[in-house]
Amino acid sequence: MTSSAHSPVLELRKVTMQFGGLKALSDFDLALAPGELVGLIGPNGAGKTTAFNAITGMYAPTQGDVLVDGERVNGRRPFQICRRGVARTFQNTRLFKELSVLDNVRIACHHSSEAGLFAAFMRTRGFLDDEARIRKRAREYLSILGLLQHQDSLARGLPYGEQRRLEIARALATGPKVLCLDEPAAGMNASEKVELMGLIRKIRDDFRLAILVIEHDMRLVMGVSERLVVLDHGVVIARGTPDAVRRDPKVIEAYLGDPHAGGGTRPALGGRG
Amino acid sequence: MIEFFQHLVNGISVGTIYALIALGYTMVYGVLKLINFAHGDIYMVGAFTGLYISQMLDVDERPSLAKAAVVFVGSMTVCGALGMIIERFAYRPLRHRPRLTALITAIGVSFLLEYGFQLPPIGNGAIAFPPGPTPRFFPEPFRRVDFEPLGIHISNYDIVSLGVAVGLMFALQFIVYRTKFGMAMRAVSFDPNIAALMGVNVNRIIAWTFGLGSALAAAAAILVAGSRPTINPLMGLMPGLKAFVAAVMGGIGNVPGAMLGGLLLGLTEEYVSGYLLSSYRDGIAFGLLILILLFRPAGLLGTMRPEKV
Amino acid sequence: MSLTLDAIRLGARSTLPFLLGVPLLWLASSHVSSFVEIILITAAINIVLAVSLNVVNGLTGQFSLGHAGFMAVGAYTSAKITMAFRTTDILALPPTVSDQVVFLLALAAGMATAAVAGFLVGMPSLRLGGDYLAIVTLGFNEIIRVIIENTAFLGQATGIAGVARRTNLIWAGTGVIAVVAMARRLAGSTHGRALLAIREDEVAAEAMGVDTTGYKVRAFMISSAFAGLAGGLLVHLIQLCTPRSFTFVKSIEVVTMVVLGGLGSVTGSVAAALVLTISLEALRELQQYRMVMYSLLLIVLMLTRPSGIFGSRELWDMMPLRRRRSALPDGGASAPSSPLDANADEEP
Repeated sequence: MTSSAHSPVLELRKVTMQFGGLKALSDFDLALAPGELVGLIGPNGAGKTTAFNAITGMYAPTQGDVLVDGERVNGRRPFQICRRGVARTFQNTRLFKELSVLDNVRIACHHSSEAGLFAAFMRTRGFLDDEARIRKRAREYLSILGLLQHQDSLARGLPYGEQRRLEIARALATGPKVLCLDEPAAGMNASEKVELMGLIRKIRDDFRLAILVIEHDMRLVMGVSERLVVLDHGVVIARGTPDAVRRDPKVIEAYLGDPHAGGGTRPALGGRG
Repeated sequence: MIEFFQHLVNGISVGTIYALIALGYTMVYGVLKLINFAHGDIYMVGAFTGLYISQMLDVDERPSLAKAAVVFVGSMTVCGALGMIIERFAYRPLRHRPRLTALITAIGVSFLLEYGFQLPPIGNGAIAFPPGPTPRFFPEPFRRVDFEPLGIHISNYDIVSLGVAVGLMFALQFIVYRTKFGMAMRAVSFDPNIAALMGVNVNRIIAWTFGLGSALAAAAAILVAGSRPTINPLMGLMPGLKAFVAAVMGGIGNVPGAMLGGLLLGLTEEYVSGYLLSSYRDGIAFGLLILILLFRPAGLLGTMRPEKV
Repeated sequence: MSLTLDAIRLGARSTLPFLLGVPLLWLASSHVSSFVEIILITAAINIVLAVSLNVVNGLTGQFSLGHAGFMAVGAYTSAKITMAFRTTDILALPPTVSDQVVFLLALAAGMATAAVAGFLVGMPSLRLGGDYLAIVTLGFNEIIRVIIENTAFLGQATGIAGVARRTNLIWAGTGVIAVVAMARRLAGSTHGRALLAIREDEVAAEAMGVDTTGYKVRAFMISSAFAGLAGGLLVHLIQLCTPRSFTFVKSIEVVTMVVLGGLGSVTGSVAAALVLTISLEALRELQQYRMVMYSLLLIVLMLTRPSGIFGSRELWDMMPLRRRRSALPDGGASAPSSPLDANADEEP
């Protein structure tokens, strides 16, 4: 199924996630065109990560559909959805801590490997070529994310900022069409965040990806997104360009109650936080 | 028809014993997430402690209800203490290590008790320790009287055993759900770090949990030993394993679950081996377990704690 | 032309350890007393058990406690086959050669049936995590034993006596070479890394495209196949095939070896199996006290060195074959860039 420039690479149609009595997401609609950069914002507990989990297959939607490149992926296992082109990072990094930086990325290349178990045991030429290819590819991604010099270090030994970049490198290495970043800037200082903004844009441009970003840092998400979707209590309360959303009274109201929006007691939805 | 009720009686009888042992497994797992492999062997130690106390009190020649009570309580106390000692020296140092490590230690303790008790005795007389591998006769704490109401074989031992077991389970329910200690225990089993932050002395709670569980195992052992002819150092192996299966069936970490699991296992074993395949008796426990886990992966009363992504 | 050259290179690459090892074993077996030989063979069988279990418990981080059950499946299969062919000569070969060929086929069949058993046990069990998996695998171990005890064809509780004596140092040693080669090659491949990812963080592994259930089952099958090999080797040594050799106590012994050696370390499993087999032999004098000392040893070892003798390191990682190049002040936190990695030498 080829995706034209207009058909969405990721689509959520009326997705509802219900856990017992709690409706974490209600009738959530979202369409991501190839190469689009969309921000998903909302106060804590709005359902943003739940949306990610529904997209990537951690949960099957109670109702509604998730479509990747027009193909319905409800109920598929996460690894199948990953192979169809959806990659993600996690809110709290979930690196393979005891493995090396290089291995973390090489694992992401695994699903595209061609050599089977038997070939591995027999050490066939095909297997050796495959390993070389994986190694080369992993190193490329590390290089792009500025992590190549740490390739042999244990993931848990990296400084926090580098760990977050490793998460991104790993997700990229799966070769996705859609990249879902869950609070990529959490815990970073100001200059790191500026670097991250540039990095996200560069990734989108170089790899021609659609990117969906969850973020709490308003300056970052407004600066990097082409458009925003605002969630509150599982419901979409606003959509549009960053400027439009910033001024939307419903959005301001949703955040006024949340003292952590952008890091201050006043609704820091503007450029200066 | 009579057979049906006979199996019922036997099944409840066996089931309550499994339940008492299973309670120890489930409580310890609840607070420590550790499968205490040595628990079945503490049951065995309970039987032998009872033996030694009986011999010291000359129960063989002059049994009495008072002496029986002393044997019972004495054995429970000794095993409770033993459980606490084992926890303190073998498991506590490994609290922050991966669980597999503590498990291997538990296996070591289990072997130590089993093989240690099989060593040749030092000293003479009835109180020579270790008891050695040959099975020993356990003196009857009180005279055995058999009844046959409606054709079903039942003895005063069965009645006392059932009564005591049920009494203990009620007592445990009370402790776990209506005392501060019980609340602390449940808090620790939910999240030890948070419990500690709330002022719970986690070490003490864990220690007493071990003590309580071990005491219950000893009680089960005395109840069993009183009506069976012999005891031996390996007697804890099978009951321990089956009680553990019972605890998992009911939902490991869940106290009422352990009781339910124990009863269910006892009854199933009795009926299946009674009516169908008697030589498969030992395999029934596991077959039942796998069946239950296939449909309820967290056990009958257990709850799956979903991982937050 | 180059196709045959490639084929030859492939053949050499894949079978090199055997080409080197088997002649050495043959040499060794003629210089060793039969008493020592038995100890070495027993150690070899334990090595096959420990290294194969390590694939599941160490590499993949799953807690399997039923290894002996798969031993049993392989043992009974191979015993039945050698007994069936006792008086027949295959392909009209001379009896001694025929016996060896039958043994090879029997062992292979044992591995195959054990792998199938691994699949049957693994499929339902691997959905359950952690301790539940442990108890269920233990359960299957016991169920297999109970089934054997109740099946006349398998000799029930008394078992099958008079199994042919076929296991010698060469066979056992070849088994060791096979299992170690398998473990090394697995660990140094993308499949091994997938297993490690499952161990580290199953959720993340799945999100990165790894079929976690499929791989867990595969690891299980590989592991149980080699347990079947060990079982076949064992019964053709002691010439007896009874369920008593395959109880959960045996499973626990293998788990102990793996943990003592260090979860995930092939070298550790080999070392632990060797050390434990030999020390149990050496302590035989002490009779009853032997097991007590063994259990004390376990407790002390876990309290003093919980991550095992080798931790998760391998012998081949500790040799300075590559310069480490990290800019970070590691303090030892560098991941070994192991020469296991195919093409590790191709660095710009």
